[in-house]
Amino acid sequence: MSWTALSILAIGAYGFKLAGVMFGVRLDTPPLQHSILLLPAALFAAVIALQTFERDTALVIDARVVGLVVAVGATWKKVPFLGVIVLAMMSTAVTRALF
Amino acid sequence: MLGAAIGVVGITFGVLAGAAGLGLAKASAMSMLVFTGASQFAAVGVIDSGGSAFAAVGGALLLAARNALYGIRLSELLRTDGLRRYFGAQLVIDESTAMATAQSSEAARRGAFWITGLSVFVFWNIGTVAGVLLGSVLGDPRVWGLDAAFLASFVALIGPHVATRPGQVAALVGAAIAIVTVPVAPAGAPILLAVVAIGPALFVERGLR
Repeated sequence: MSWTALSILAIGAYGFKLAGVMFGVRLDTPPLQHSILLLPAALFAAVIALQTFERDTALVIDARVVGLVVAVGATWKKVPFLGVIVLAMMSTAVTRALF
Repeated sequence: MLGAAIGVVGITFGVLAGAAGLGLAKASAMSMLVFTGASQFAAVGVIDSGGSAFAAVGGALLLAARNALYGIRLSELLRTDGLRRYFGAQLVIDESTAMATAQSSEAARRGAFWITGLSVFVFWNIGTVAGVLLGSVLGDPRVWGLDAAFLASFVALIGPHVATRPGQVAALVGAAIAIVTVPVAPAGAPILLAVVAIGPALFVERGLR
């Protein structure tokens, strides 16, 4: 990745953040706020699904599924954030080593 | 606490960035200036699998677009003077949004935003440097299960947002949309299309009232 591509990405990424913060005050109407409250749930779930099942824009099932199940279980059991991540990594690595 | 855990995810990013051929300078610049995890993982993933810089930047920008929506959500907390607002905008990411919006009062939301945003920024960047350095001795990052770290961090983050029925509907429909559109949509687009899941979730919310 060139410095030019990296600069475009950096400017674009910051542009999105700043635009939201700047225009947000004007768009701060109750119906919109209501929808945006639900936004993290929808987007985070989509990120989880893709991080688990996507590889190079194709769907695959691999050891990451075990990591997902372990992460969900650990979160359910109120394991601290760091523990959730370490357990998911370990279970994924062990699954990969075994199969 | 969250920041330290994000440091571990930052290490995984650094390792993967190193494996994709980004040196320490570029990986660090990305973590400081782009500073939005999903986009960074996506860009590095595209480059590692031999994709063009255009595809890498395009997919990463599509993913970064959701921060504009988070910015709208958090704008009430950032109605401050110039410099703090411009710096605060850089901290508008998944983690700070998740922690801020999980609080019940505006003061708590403001505190959670700044504490989470700043600590994630610091630990993410330290982790990136450590990851690039560590990567040269680790070998294949997948052997260590590093590709599961990022998804696990999102599992931990989504918790408070799926405590209600509408939140659960938004999550399930959002995940389903992302999965179904992966084979047909360009990289990054499935995440944005998942926004549509808010529709059915609002419908359920109205039904409960």
